Amino acid sequence: MIAAQHLHEKLHQDVLADPVQPLLKVKGLSKLYGPEKGCQDVSFELYPGEVLGIVGESGSGKSTLLSLLSGRCLPDSGVIDYRTTQDHWLDLYSASEAERRTLLRTEWGFVEQNPRDGLRMAVSAGANIGERLMAQGVRNYQQLRAAGLDWLNQVEIDPARIDDLPRTFSGGMQQRLQIARNLVSGPRLVFMDEPTGGLDVSVQARLLDLMRGLVRELDLAVVIVTHDLAVARLLADRLMVMRRSRVVETGLTDQILDDPQHPYSQLLVSSVLQP
Amino acid sequence: MNTLIEVQDLSKTFTLHQQNAVVLNVLRGLSFSVRGGECLVLHGHSGAGKSTLLRTLYGNYLPAGGSIRVLHQGDWLELVGAVPRDVLHVRQQTLGYVSQFLRVIPRVAALDVVMEPALARGWNRADAKARAELLLSRLNIPQRLWQLAPGTFSGGEQQRVNIARGFMVRWPVMLLDEPTASLDDSNRQVVLELINEAKNAGAAVIGIFHDRLAREAVSDRLLDMTPLETIAEELLEC
Amino acid sequence: MNAATQSHAQPRPERDEAYNFAYLDEQTKRMIRRGLLKAVAIPGYQVPFGGREMPLPYGWGTGGMQLTAAILGAEDVLKVIDQGADDTTNAVSIRRFFARTAGVETTERTPEATIIQTRHRIPETPLHADQIMVYQVPIPDPLRFIEPSETETRTMHALNDYGVMHVKLYEDIATFGHIATAYAYPVTVNERYVMDPSPIPKFDNPKLDMSPALMLFAAGREKRLYAVPPFTRVTSLDFEDHPFEVQKWAHNCAICGSHDSFLDELILDDRGTQSFVCSDTDYCAQRVSQGRAEQ
Repeated sequence: MIAAQHLHEKLHQDVLADPVQPLLKVKGLSKLYGPEKGCQDVSFELYPGEVLGIVGESGSGKSTLLSLLSGRCLPDSGVIDYRTTQDHWLDLYSASEAERRTLLRTEWGFVEQNPRDGLRMAVSAGANIGERLMAQGVRNYQQLRAAGLDWLNQVEIDPARIDDLPRTFSGGMQQRLQIARNLVSGPRLVFMDEPTGGLDVSVQARLLDLMRGLVRELDLAVVIVTHDLAVARLLADRLMVMRRSRVVETGLTDQILDDPQHPYSQLLVSSVLQP
Repeated sequence: MNTLIEVQDLSKTFTLHQQNAVVLNVLRGLSFSVRGGECLVLHGHSGAGKSTLLRTLYGNYLPAGGSIRVLHQGDWLELVGAVPRDVLHVRQQTLGYVSQFLRVIPRVAALDVVMEPALARGWNRADAKARAELLLSRLNIPQRLWQLAPGTFSGGEQQRVNIARGFMVRWPVMLLDEPTASLDDSNRQVVLELINEAKNAGAAVIGIFHDRLAREAVSDRLLDMTPLETIAEELLEC
Repeated sequence: MNAATQSHAQPRPERDEAYNFAYLDEQTKRMIRRGLLKAVAIPGYQVPFGGREMPLPYGWGTGGMQLTAAILGAEDVLKVIDQGADDTTNAVSIRRFFARTAGVETTERTPEATIIQTRHRIPETPLHADQIMVYQVPIPDPLRFIEPSETETRTMHALNDYGVMHVKLYEDIATFGHIATAYAYPVTVNERYVMDPSPIPKFDNPKLDMSPALMLFAAGREKRLYAVPPFTRVTSLDFEDHPFEVQKWAHNCAICGSHDSFLDELILDDRGTQSFVCSDTDYCAQRVSQGRAEQ
């Protein structure tokens, strides 16, 4: 009995360690607010540690798709299956709101374009980082404190500022704090909506470098929406090009950027100064 | 030595939708294979599609038809039509690509740029650092530059950082796009040594070398990239 | 009520027949009582109710008054305290209001009362099973300080999503080195709902836990009812390494000498001479008279 249990656990671990199993399976996702407004018929699979970039012009449905993927809004049709840490498949849209919320604050993260939407501006940086841990039942102040200091370090913010309010931080620091707040729970999948939008170019570079490092160290799967092709090239393994609510092209990031096939992708790439 | 990469009937076209959908046929019906320890040099005029071929082999350009098979971790894998994950995995473990241009990433130090392929394979930092420092020294990059981002380096220095990165780990198949172009003699010599070391270690090398000396130093075979029309005419003459 | 306790109460006054019994109309009282049934059935859960206009402004205890009116019977004995005292303007006015509109007996003595309407305190004298506490609540939702959206706080309550409650306590420790929240200190009721115990000092929080008395809460402006039934677990939120603690004083009460009651600080002169006295005036007075009797 015990041996069988042991074997079962071992098998379980092996399945978890197998990178061939996707983390997210998206099938026929559609939500339209009007003709060609929203997104339609999006399907893909995302694997652990994989970074998927969604590019396209404003209004092409990128952000709608991100809201659908993260379960923040419900689609007109389509299915998303997510493989949980317990290694069972969760049908995102049949799950209860409680399950979706729990996912979003434990195994998932969401980095908003505007850090004000993703941070609690009225409480200190340390409390912002600790919130997910407290929600998961951590009731030890010293432990929360240690996690706060550690994550400020990791996102290159002076740990001495742990008790400062986010509003006293620069835009780039706020964005890094938001990333720390999301990553503290050890998520496996992070959604990012234009995380470098609205930042100075010099600050952008620092943030991108940081995100690149974290993505590899933590083996994060990431879905990142961006209209900046340079950001996409630096962070994404593969790209989905969206136009007027539809995915017009998918593929390896450098292949899409260096040898785009669809007329719209070619226009997009050729319109940018050296992506 | 075994065959490590096998190309059959490979073609590549570019459709320029922005320019009245002009279709350019750059590669047509290419077939060849390369064994471990062998260096195949692409030969042809400028514009014959040599760089395009390397980029197509690397998955950077999308092939129009044909087959590219590589021996990837003991199994043959078809790269034409492969999913991005597989291509990325092949690039991490099997297929290396070195061009003369470094894609500079802001804020990342030269040493880290060089170490990256090893870290991606899961090396520990100390080993990766030791190997990267060795390569940077051999390629005559002054030590004071190692911790700086290569954005401010001279063209030659950037090129050598890129070469160090290219030779950081052992690739079963290496694609070299004019790695020796515009290097001075001593540095060219180092690069040629590195290529020969890779060959001796069993790598199959496919390269473009404009410089005759370099070509003669490493080449085992030439692949004639002269456009098809010319070849057909020559065949008729025979 | 037995004759012995009645002797301490004010004589039963005449009811002003111009008003319905206890001022509120019967429909409204019934509606509030239905709400209370639900509130008692789900300890700590906030039940919306149709709050009425009362003849005094919001913030003066209109929620508590509607609740008292809804549960008051002709035989009840009413005590009203404000800041622990029976003799403050608000306490006196509310007591007079019900004496006139309901003709009920009123008292200042805690053990005699069957209904105690309160703001800021729970009496020091232990409550017993036949008593009902009525709390006037300004902001019923403990999540409001961090989440302005009502839709969101309701969802958070429904999903037991209370991580942010500890954020506030964390901020206290980070700023002051200890949990500095001294009143309206959040509690978990029956291991489920997080509840604002109204602006009582945290000193009084332990009195809520497993109390034999029924605790009813009402917010007039926010129009919410909630309840802690008798013998219900009420635990104050805290951290393992910063456990919940009540206030302590280095002084004794200057009047009755009590060393374990909640003390108010009085400044006696322009030189800042301090004195500490019991906040619960009835408790203090009882101790004084007991002490005299013992002498």
